[in-house]
Amino acid sequence: MTDEQVIETIDNALCEEFELEPSDMTPEATLFDKLGLDSLDVVDMVIVLESTFSFKIREDPALREIRTLGDIHKFVIDKKRQIETEG
Amino acid sequence: MDRRVVITAMGAVSPYGEGVETLVAGLASGRSTVERAEELGELSGLRSRLKSVVPEVDARVIARKHRRAMSKLGVFAALAAREAWDSSGLTQEAAGDGRTGVCIGSIMASPDALEALFNEYLVNHSLEKIKATRFFQIMGHSPAANVAQLLGITGRTIAPTAACATGCQAVGLATEFIRYGMQDRMVAGGADEHHVMTTATFDIINAAAVAHNDRPELASRPFDTARDGVVCGEGAGILVVEELEAARARGATILAEVAGFATLGDPSNLANPDSDAIARCISEALEQAKVAPAEVDYVNAHATGTLQGDAAEAQAIAKVFGADIMVSSLKGHIGHTMAAAGALELIATVEMMRRGVVYPTRNLDEVDPACAGVDHVREVRTGQVKIAVKNSFAMGGVNSSMVLRRYE
Repeated sequence: MTDEQVIETIDNALCEEFELEPSDMTPEATLFDKLGLDSLDVVDMVIVLESTFSFKIREDPALREIRTLGDIHKFVIDKKRQIETEG
Repeated sequence: MDRRVVITAMGAVSPYGEGVETLVAGLASGRSTVERAEELGELSGLRSRLKSVVPEVDARVIARKHRRAMSKLGVFAALAAREAWDSSGLTQEAAGDGRTGVCIGSIMASPDALEALFNEYLVNHSLEKIKATRFFQIMGHSPAANVAQLLGITGRTIAPTAACATGCQAVGLATEFIRYGMQDRMVAGGADEHHVMTTATFDIINAAAVAHNDRPELASRPFDTARDGVVCGEGAGILVVEELEAARARGATILAEVAGFATLGDPSNLANPDSDAIARCISEALEQAKVAPAEVDYVNAHATGTLQGDAAEAQAIAKVFGADIMVSSLKGHIGHTMAAAGALELIATVEMMRRGVVYPTRNLDEVDPACAGVDHVREVRTGQVKIAVKNSFAMGGVNSSMVLRRYE
């Protein structure tokens, strides 16, 4: 899966779960202010990402630094790379 | 303090579909909403194959922010509350001034959501897939909280629960909050969703309808000799009740007055209703309303189609009112909508009073002698109903009765 495909998969999954407008899915979009999510949604976002990419991220401290959709893209791409590297 | 309480708006989600008009049109048509439910056969030992459920609704008209905390019954409550609030003419400011409250209950919060939660716990032994909002769908006060959030209501959020009496009791409590000055307006009623375990609960105690599994439209038959139990249903009935003078001052349409309400316990038996206890409850509601039995035109019965319950209620009504009182149960049409029943049937009763019509007990072909002694309405009747009584009773020994007066 290329980085572009990962980003598209993330955006599609979040659009479906949170009924977001595809046109709002820009990397700089902030989760709380722009996309209108809240702390409960972030819990569900983790479940959606874990199920979409078959990894566990709930305890990952880097999650707390996420503010924008671009942060999620980077987080997931890094996480996938890390898993692939660790084999 | 002598504050009178009136009903100024209503909303319904019933097995006929969405809206009060749909409910009334369905009752007027005489059509049964009871259908065959093959899926009930998947539960070993369950004999009933019947249900009376709400046609598919479009939950997406509710914003996701609110909908995510709603179970199916929460959606029903929200849709009915939206209809009631929008037709009340009350403003957003009124919702948020602390003088408007919510009083809505269900038998228990969502059986579907509970099943999903316990599947994760008991089958998958994991919390990793449990959504953050699942808990909000199974809280005991979930539908009340759903409606308060949806409408921006800042007064009391109360969630009474008394099984099948919940809807009537919730509206009754709401009127008392207003009567005694704690609130000026309340959004009140009941909501429930059908689950296989709902029907199972009645079948376990031999109180679910079975004999007409192959003729669903004939299955729910209150007071009839061939009745054999309850057909379980679902829906939501929500009413806006207000203090009379405030309602008049704002030019509200007054649909009926809640003249009296009583809810009394019956510790004589867990499940078998006692006619003396029912009569006491009706009589107390009449005393509250300062209405003599002879002034009452019509009783909208709880009668669910059980052998003992219908007989006890008919005998109680005969004892209080004598033989000339008109009586019908709408469960012949829509089955038993559980926590919604008291509120939906209250709404139907208000509409009957406004339209000068009494809808009959569907499927009452031959009155059981044990249920005789009252004027059973078996065909649509026209004529004025100035004062009506609504009964709702619950297993566990809870009775409730409400006296409605046409507002003129």
